[in-house]
Formats: sequence, structure tokens, C-alpha cells
Amino acid sequence: MKEFKVTPIRNGTVIDHIQVGMALKVLRIIGVKEDVSSTVSVLMHVPSKKGGWKDIVKIEDRELDPKELDKVALISPDATINIIRDYNVAEKFVVEVPKSVLGIMKCSNPGCITNKSEPVEPEFVVESKKPLTLKCVYCDRITTEISENLI
Amino acid sequence: MSDGFKGMDIVSIRDFSRDQIEHVLDVAEKMLPIAKGEEKSKLLDGKILGSLFYEPSTRTRLSFDAAMTRLGGSTLGFDEPKGSSVAKGETLADTIRMVDAYCDVIVLRHPQEGAARMSAHFADKPILNAGDGAGQHPTQTMLDLFTIRKSKGKIDGNHVVIVGDLKYGRTVHSLSEALAMFGAELTFVAPPSLQMPKEHLKHIQSLGTKPKISSNLEDVIKDADVLYVTRIQKERFPDPAEYQKVAGAFRIDLPMLKDVKKGMVIMHPLPRVTEISPEVDKTEHAKYFEQAFNGVPVRMALLSMVLGAVE
Repeated sequence: MKEFKVTPIRNGTVIDHIQVGMALKVLRIIGVKEDVSSTVSVLMHVPSKKGGWKDIVKIEDRELDPKELDKVALISPDATINIIRDYNVAEKFVVEVPKSVLGIMKCSNPGCITNKSEPVEPEFVVESKKPLTLKCVYCDRITTEISENLI
Repeated sequence: MSDGFKGMDIVSIRDFSRDQIEHVLDVAEKMLPIAKGEEKSKLLDGKILGSLFYEPSTRTRLSFDAAMTRLGGSTLGFDEPKGSSVAKGETLADTIRMVDAYCDVIVLRHPQEGAARMSAHFADKPILNAGDGAGQHPTQTMLDLFTIRKSKGKIDGNHVVIVGDLKYGRTVHSLSEALAMFGAELTFVAPPSLQMPKEHLKHIQSLGTKPKISSNLEDVIKDADVLYVTRIQKERFPDPAEYQKVAGAFRIDLPMLKDVKKGMVIMHPLPRVTEISPEVDKTEHAKYFEQAFNGVPVRMALLSMVLGAVE
């Protein structure tokens, strides 16, 4: 039996310790679609050394920018980011839940002005990190349903 | 802190400290002779209020208009979007930017929650929120507080019983938060299906007040210093028989007032339907028409403060 089911990547980003079941949502929110030009590997339901199960995503030839990292933190706050350069881990860090969230998810309140055709980006302040709770800057609606409202 | 009102947007009661609210009420008190027409004022001479009402309003719109006129200013705007550029599909953001150029201060009522906060981002001039959907209505809250202080001498220490539709009524959400901040005792009376939403209860408790919850008005009315009544809307009930039952149980009439405290005041944001019997109007308890009038001095205070005419 082979120890690794997916081979190491030369350059790119490995998102590890994704909350189990969230890998496909991570791909969606960082904008990886069918037309991606490099190899993407998705590992779902992998045993975690920390106990329990996790998902892993490997994206070759792409380093995530901070705005994309904020999005990952919203649906998987314990995820770690490994930036790989020439097969080595050049940078490693845990994603951080930002203090405010701008333009990456919509307000769960259908009556909120940000859900109408107005030239305004939805904006939220983080009320609590565990459980992750966001408050709309415009209508004050509190939401914990993060992944359902990602744009 | 009681300064710094010049240029300020009045969007949510949550943006204000207790001291700031007290200061607004103090200024409103001084405005009373002008509001009643006993004194003339040119405090806002030459100033223009842009009055944008995307939803129907009687008291709020007219009292803003009266407040501006009493202070020597003038008002322009619309009381329904039909016939304006809004009907052609203009965004609120564009309308606000245009009106911002024509006026010195803007009052906005809009069906979408958060509309006033968004407008404040687009306008250089102060925005006064006159109700945004089921959201905030801070000037109503301030005139309610003004009425309580004027009738009872103070706000804190009073037992305020709030009865009616506590689930959907925006007035009671802002008011109960403000009363909690002032340290008033609160009791919420409503049928279980229309009780105060958990989110609001949590917020009120975080301000240090533990409200009592009841579904029986007769049990609590004798302990009330202030009885704040709101309308129960028929359309919230799928079954008309259920509505009749609930509406009947929360109707204030003379027998209901038999054992209430002397000096207890009854308030209502109006319009009322059947929840307060007209026979109550003549009692010493009825303060709802005075409350509606108080919208004028309170809005005069806010307009003159955000325009920098009064500190």
C-alpha cells in the first residue's frame, strides 16, 4: 500500500486542515473552476494527525492572495496554508478570521439594501470567532450561515 | 460626550450614548415654545431639508416638515416614489447623491433595511433615518424617550410595559434597547407567536436589564409606570378567528385601567386601530397625542444639531 495517494507539488499552494466536507466549497470560493490551467488535487476525508478527519486541497502554480485567504478562514478557520516553491514549504501559516468581511458574501436578510441593485459591496463585522458570527454593517442582521451566503 | 453632532448621521439608536440622547432631549425641551408656535425662530433660515419618503408616512413626514418650517428652513422632496426618477429605476445611491447637492440635510424613509446607513456613505450632508424597513427608526425612539421623561420626570427606574406586536414592530426594538441602556425595568407582553425576537432579548440583556416576559396584560398592568401599546397587524395571522382572540386580549379600555398606578402613562406610536378604546383618550393616562406632537421638538433639536446651529 502506498503511503501517499497524491504526490507532492513543485510550486503552488497546499491548503491543509480544511474542515472535513468543505474542500469543494474552498475550491469554489477561491475561484477554481473547470477552466483552471494547472493541476488541482482534492483529498476528502483524510485522517488528521490532530485527530478526526480533514480535507486537503493542492493547487499547482498558484499562490493565494490575502483576500482569497480571508474567504478560506470564513468556512474553515483552522485551515493552514503552505506556499510551496520548488518542492519546499516556503511559507506556512494558519488562516486568520478577518475583523471585517467585505464583498465576499451576501447578507442573509433578503430585505437588506445590499441585496438590491445598489452600487454597494456587502460588508460585515465579525461579532464572534467561535462560532463564527457576522453582523451586516448596513442592516445589523446577525448570521452564522457563512458558506450558504458566499458570493 | 454631548458634543460633536454637527454633520452627524442619525441612523440607529445604537450609535448614541446615554449622555448624547439626554443632550438631544435637553435641546428638544428648549425647542418646545417654538414647536408650539409661541415663539418664532430663524435658526435654520435658508437651510433646505431633502425629504425622501419611499413609503407612506403621516406623522414622521409632517413633523419633520413642521420642525424645519418652525425653524425658518424649507423642505423639498417626495412622499411617494411614483412620478420621481425612482419610478424610472434610479438607484437609491444616485438619488441620494443628487439630493445631497440640492439640500443641507436629508431625511429618508425606505422599505429596505440598511438603506439609511448606505445613504450615509454616499451623502456628504447628514442623513436622518426615518425608518428603514423592519430596521431602525431612531427619531421615533428619541421622541418616545422624550415623552417618558416629560411625563414621569425621568427615564431610569420606571417600569415600562410594552404590549402588542413585539416580533415585527421596529419601534419597540429600538425603544426597548434604549430603555435598557437607561436602566428602566421592562416587561414584554405579547402572544407567544409575536414575542420579542431572541436576538433582541439577548442584546437587551447584554445592556444589563432582565426583561420579564408575559402573555397576559391584566397580570402586569397594575405594576406599570408606562404602558407602551403597539398595533397587532391582522395580516400576521393566517386565521382571522385567532387574530380576533389576540386583538381582544390586548385591548385597553376603561375596565382594564381600574387598578393601574396613579400617573401611569399610556403611549402608542400611532396609528391605532382597536388596541386602545377611544374612551381612554379622555383619561389622565392617555399621552399618545402629546407623544405625536413631541416628534416636532425632538426633530427640531436633531435638525438644528446636525446642521451645527445648536451644539
